Amino acid sequence: VCFIPGGLDCSISFVSHVLGKVCVHGWQKEILEVLVPRLTDLTKSDYIWQRICWQLVECVPDRWMEAVVLGFVQRAPGADVLSRLLGNLVVKNKKAQFVVAQKMLLLQYGHATAVLQNLLGYLALDSSRRPLLLRVLQDLLETWSSSSAVKHSPAEQQLYISKAILICLSHLKEPEIASCRQELLTSMMEGVKCHLESSLPQLRRLGMVVAESISLSINTEGPVLKFEYEEDDETRELKSLLVQTPSFCVVPSLPDDDRSEKAGAALPLVPERNEKSYTAALVKADEESDAELDSDDDLIPYDMSEDKELKLKAPMYIRECIEVLTGSRSEDVDKWEATVKALESLVRRNPAATREVSVELAKILLHLEEKTCIEGFVELRQRAQVAVLTTDPIPVAKYLTSQFYSLNYSLRQRMDILDVLVLAAQELSCPKFHGKTKHSGVQKPCIQLLPESDSSKGWRRIVDERIKSKTRRFDMGQSRVELASCPNEFNSVAGYFFFPLIQHFDRPLTTFDLLGEDHLVLGRLVHTLAVLMYLAVNTVALLEFVWALRFHTDSYVRQGLLSCISSLLLSVPTERILSDMTEELLETQSWLGDVMEKDPDGDCRRLALQNLLLMENLKKKLEAVPS
Amino acid sequence: MALPPPDPQFVLRGTSAAVHTLHFSCGGAEPDIPLLFSGSENGFIHVWNLKTHRVDTALDGHGRKSVCCVKTMGGKDRLLSQGRDQRICLWDLAEGRTSVTDSVFTEHVGFCRCSLLQVAQGRWLMAMAARSLEEVQILELPSKTSVCTLKPEVGAKLGMPMCLKLWQLSCGSQPVLLAGYEDGSVVLWNVSTGKALSRLVCHQEPVMSLDFDSEKAKGISGSSEKVLSIWSLNEQQNLQVYKTHELINAGISDITIRPDKKVLATAGWDHRIRIFGWKKLKPLAVLDYHTATAHCVSFSDHSNPRDRLLAAGSRDQRISVWSIYAQT
Repeated sequence: VCFIPGGLDCSISFVSHVLGKVCVHGWQKEILEVLVPRLTDLTKSDYIWQRICWQLVECVPDRWMEAVVLGFVQRAPGADVLSRLLGNLVVKNKKAQFVVAQKMLLLQYGHATAVLQNLLGYLALDSSRRPLLLRVLQDLLETWSSSSAVKHSPAEQQLYISKAILICLSHLKEPEIASCRQELLTSMMEGVKCHLESSLPQLRRLGMVVAESISLSINTEGPVLKFEYEEDDETRELKSLLVQTPSFCVVPSLPDDDRSEKAGAALPLVPERNEKSYTAALVKADEESDAELDSDDDLIPYDMSEDKELKLKAPMYIRECIEVLTGSRSEDVDKWEATVKALESLVRRNPAATREVSVELAKILLHLEEKTCIEGFVELRQRAQVAVLTTDPIPVAKYLTSQFYSLNYSLRQRMDILDVLVLAAQELSCPKFHGKTKHSGVQKPCIQLLPESDSSKGWRRIVDERIKSKTRRFDMGQSRVELASCPNEFNSVAGYFFFPLIQHFDRPLTTFDLLGEDHLVLGRLVHTLAVLMYLAVNTVALLEFVWALRFHTDSYVRQGLLSCISSLLLSVPTERILSDMTEELLETQSWLGDVMEKDPDGDCRRLALQNLLLMENLKKKLEAVPS
Repeated sequence: MALPPPDPQFVLRGTSAAVHTLHFSCGGAEPDIPLLFSGSENGFIHVWNLKTHRVDTALDGHGRKSVCCVKTMGGKDRLLSQGRDQRICLWDLAEGRTSVTDSVFTEHVGFCRCSLLQVAQGRWLMAMAARSLEEVQILELPSKTSVCTLKPEVGAKLGMPMCLKLWQLSCGSQPVLLAGYEDGSVVLWNVSTGKALSRLVCHQEPVMSLDFDSEKAKGISGSSEKVLSIWSLNEQQNLQVYKTHELINAGISDITIRPDKKVLATAGWDHRIRIFGWKKLKPLAVLDYHTATAHCVSFSDHSNPRDRLLAAGSRDQRISVWSIYAQT
């Protein structure tokens, strides 16, 4: 398309119409690929061309405006180019304003960060557009701080909104911030609360990063909000959005990637070492220069082979351990430490003695708090608890499951109970892999020690692997054997682990409300049940439990429920599934279909899909076997 | 084939409390009885007769608060003791008396043992941790007049003084103080001017004990970590690290260099006493007798080298006395 230069006052509304129609009909990419670069060049320094361009877009009829604007925003190589191309379109045209300020930010979330940068930078560049930027920020913050949005909108959308907020903040100037400081503060407080309540760590981190950034911009002097979280690529990317390279372009100084990366984020400060510090000034004794007679040679050393590291004598008997751990004598901290370290092996080596005092020991361990600073105290305690539980499963399981629903335990303690039950269940179901292994590193894919922090992730991995392996095996026509090869001691005691946990989940206590606020523990509980299910065979009760909770609002809980289903499908013998549970299976299948299509959480959808595939496999398998 | 380490020559029992400090007084000629003074956690100072191995006298002057330091002042008739009742007592023990002649109220609630230096006949300088957190006070005894107060500069963040050593190069020269602090540094102070001459960060943990050989201008310090630090003083009065020695077990309560400067002994938290050659810090022996933390170690001042003894006091309430490397 060739444009006529010069001072001719020509009407280009026809061109606008053409452009609009082409864009709306889906040829947006092709035409704008050609148009936008040309216009970029032409408008670089020629003001006339800029005006022509503005007229061009302004004359696009409303019904096609969205497609055109969207295309421009996506394709412009930078905010200032966009500014040149669109001018004050968003101020003059209501439709364009809607698209830019509402639709692209709040209703869509698939655009790249560069597009966001374009859009928001464009709004920031002109004083007549800046009020729009402020309004946009307010809208974004409203969404960000709304608890229902945090609970129900997909993680990707929340990330998108967070990015937009950060970019807006980076553009705001001090007087503007001052004018809306109060609203910023209010939104930040509300928003951070909703985010921190979420069960998904990613959302919590998002909330923390955004809140920190808001706090930083509204409190330029004075204390700012600072959270502790693990930095990862996402948080680093988010933080880099806060810094903008000024794009006052007389010269179009556009970096290709609009994300101005903070160079070497936060260089660790090398502490200034005192030059007299003892590590720096390690001087080896200079023997040659010492002319004096070496009188040390007269002194003959004695035998020092017995001189070894001091090992504190740990107790040798279980009852002695109990005494030490419950004793209040504070002088014997060394002995206490030695006891904690030695307890697991003592328990394993003395099963008979342990059985005599198992419940007492379990009780002590559950309440044991760190007296001194031992490395790995939490792990030591947990391993001791697992040892006690596996040595005497029935009474200890009874005790632990009863304590799970009792008053006045902390959430951490309840989750510890669940962890211990799972680890012990694993060990009981396949003992030969657990006797001596210290850490997760067991090779067999079917058994894997729980990672300390997030058991759900570990189990999702296990379930995924199982699904993969099972699918493969089906294709190759082999039959499933795996688990049956180890003697499963867990089966006989599984009931004591499983049923008490299920029994009381719907009864709220004063300090513990599984169905209410403590949904983190509920999620954990569901995951735990999935594991226990996997290791034993307890179909019907579990299915009913899952059914009752399937509409739970927390996505972590739903994920757990779906892993329960996976465990069920993977571990129960096929014949049993189809004979006992045909009806339930059908209902489950339709539920899974719903989840797969409509659930806002990506992980839930994926798990539902996996479950459906498993069910398909089952059906095919049965059909394949001649009856 | 190295010989196994010797057993203690004898063991003194009967303090009924952890032993925190020891001091020999064996320099007198016959018929003077060689004595060992010990201070315990129950506030008693025991005077041990090294011939009979029994307590001759028990001194009770610190209100049953732990005695952390005992020293004689020019002979066994005058004793100085420091207790955790914030008092330093001067005792007159001549002719069977057991009276406190004077006392200094230190207002110090820490564990820093004081240091004594005889500067003239009948005159001593005593360095002690003072009331204010980082300061060291120098007093003249027996007049108890304050000579100076050694204050670290603002922002030095040395922490409490942990151990002190007053010394002078020769009689009549300037007395100087070496002080080990909570932050792991050793500072050399000029007592007359009250200024710090040099500071050396030897340890990452508080300096528990130090000793200094003024002839060789070399000192050694131990801390709660596994490292012994040996440092030297050059002509410009600057401290420099000379060497470090890594121990098997962490924690040193006390270090003493034998008066003949040939060996040194350390008392460790691992219950063991270690002997090193002072020249090159060659490990010589590990004496493993005590069953609890060794708190203090002290060499005797026998005029006949063959009679020399080493004593160690421990939390297990016993004092072990050894004869080791006495032949050299």
